[in-house]
Amino acid sequence: MNPTPQVLPKDRRDLGGPRQPLLIVRDLKKHFPLKKTGFGLRRERLAVRAVDGVSFEILKGETLGVVGESGCGKSTTARLLMQLTAQDSGELVFDGQALGAGLSLREYRRQTQMVFQDSYSSLNPRMTIEDSIAFGPTVHGVSRREALARAHDLLARVGLEPARFAGRYPHELSGGQRQRVNIARALALEPRLIILDESVSALDKSVEAQVLNLLQDLKQDFGLTYLFISHDLGVVRYVSDRVLVMYLGEVVEVGEAEALFERPLHPYTEALLRSMPSTDPLKRTEQAPLAGDPPNPIDPPSGCRFHTRCAYAQPVCAERAPRFHEALPGHAVACLRHEPESGYDRRLIPVQEVAHV
Amino acid sequence: MTAMHPETISVERAPVQRSRGHAANVLRRLLRNPVAMIAATVILLLILMAVFAPWLMPQDPFATSMLKRLKPIGTEGLPLGSDELGRDLLSRLILGARLSLFMGIAPVIIAFVIGSAIGIFAGYVGGWANSLIMRCIDVLYAFPSVLLAIALSGALGAGIVNALVSLTVVFIPQIARIAESVTTGVRRSDYVDAARASGASALLIVRRHVLGNVIGPIFVYATGLISVSMILASGLSFLGLGVKPPEPEWGLMLNTLRTAIYTQPWVAALPGVMIFITSVSFNMLADGLRSAMEVKQ
Repeated sequence: MNPTPQVLPKDRRDLGGPRQPLLIVRDLKKHFPLKKTGFGLRRERLAVRAVDGVSFEILKGETLGVVGESGCGKSTTARLLMQLTAQDSGELVFDGQALGAGLSLREYRRQTQMVFQDSYSSLNPRMTIEDSIAFGPTVHGVSRREALARAHDLLARVGLEPARFAGRYPHELSGGQRQRVNIARALALEPRLIILDESVSALDKSVEAQVLNLLQDLKQDFGLTYLFISHDLGVVRYVSDRVLVMYLGEVVEVGEAEALFERPLHPYTEALLRSMPSTDPLKRTEQAPLAGDPPNPIDPPSGCRFHTRCAYAQPVCAERAPRFHEALPGHAVACLRHEPESGYDRRLIPVQEVAHV
Repeated sequence: MTAMHPETISVERAPVQRSRGHAANVLRRLLRNPVAMIAATVILLLILMAVFAPWLMPQDPFATSMLKRLKPIGTEGLPLGSDELGRDLLSRLILGARLSLFMGIAPVIIAFVIGSAIGIFAGYVGGWANSLIMRCIDVLYAFPSVLLAIALSGALGAGIVNALVSLTVVFIPQIARIAESVTTGVRRSDYVDAARASGASALLIVRRHVLGNVIGPIFVYATGLISVSMILASGLSFLGLGVKPPEPEWGLMLNTLRTAIYTQPWVAALPGVMIFITSVSFNMLADGLRSAMEVKQ
């Protein structure tokens, strides 16, 4: 179909120009209430603070990687961005238009799509592939005939021969093929932002690489912006322009991928990167990079949430919550070590670390 | 929305290979299940017998004769004997299939429609609406079905329509509960989330994505209820709350013949045998359907 990447005409829907972030996320919060415990006066309302005041921007045309341990709120953030879960508070601004104010949910959903992790459960087992892909456009008023034609084109575009695959059911396809179908379905609405929530994590390594390459090509061809959520740091480094690190429902560090991977500012990021298995036997990890499980998100630690597991923690870390700020140009972090006049005694930093800071 | 690749619309197309749909697969597996096929054949024969009863009956099922009372099986002219009023039992069993099958199937069909609607609504909407609906359903469900059917029939009075209504009310909670639990599961699946993310309305999602995935299990469950319904209906007739004499219905015949159990035990048992054959067949068919649908795809 389109073997050579084409230069796209400027998107008609572009409102704010290239410098306007495609999506601004402001102070997003989602607490999941638990069953209440106790009776009468001792009755408490407990909640899992899955996403606790998350703010960041997704720039036009970039791939923003999101990393963090399981349970840190990555997937909840994705569902909040897709508005599959309603946030408790916080605001989404898409290309300068606030969702709910200047932009309707329906129009927002046409411009933002999501590819889920489980390629099988995200396809209706009773629908043929072409019907699954054509469903979205028909919702938005495209005729069934045209929607099917587009579904076939998209199948070809994601590397599945329409004549062979269009009339099949999900269970007749392999995991990689199904994920290609899911990508085609997301593309069918011609979105500008695609949220990839662990979309390649469940695939074999070789298939994963193929799908990643496909995603890169599609990004070029369709002028897409990706939010790429993964627990696989190697993959995130490979695909991302910028990387966002989450810990216990909060953003702890955001920066250019190379800068962040070469010089992590937050001790958590540092520990995460050290947990990456190295292919070089001389660089093998000698000690466990991160001890223990993440603390309970129902009752997060005081001050900096990471202080319970941090190698550099000082008493002040338990008392004072760090401010998320730009420590280096384009590289923001929430850590008292990098915050001027935070009360953190930098003289106590281990010697080999001083060179970094 | 067409601005992206206008040139690709005209690509020459090879004919699309179609896979067999789910229903065709289920049917194919069902056809290969001998037990289910025997059950289906028996049910088909029973339905044909009910439909063509007037032409199949060798004698008038209402003609009484004091001389031919309680004849044994194999008496000349009375191949299956006669009942306590001397009526030909074979003719009465054939005609009785009409009412018995009707009382078995009709309440389940009505309850299937109403119960599924309630259950799917509750399951899809979730939250407090779900709790409210399902707790109301649970109140009905808490009664043993026999007791509830008898109580309702008794309150409404004897008669076919009242028996039908009470049986329907008995089955609605059971079907609604199954529908609710299946729908709740489907509601949480990623493909429903994906459909929501595409901006589709709840009604459209239920119609295109939920219905097709929940109707199968509900249908299987409802098929299994047909035998229960037949037995309950027979029970109501037995108690004098359903069909009224002299109309033949297997449950009612069992009731009136029970006094003859010592004189002609085989003849007296025949209506029960019919009920047994029919309900077992429906159960077998339901089992076959279940296993044909449950194949991991």
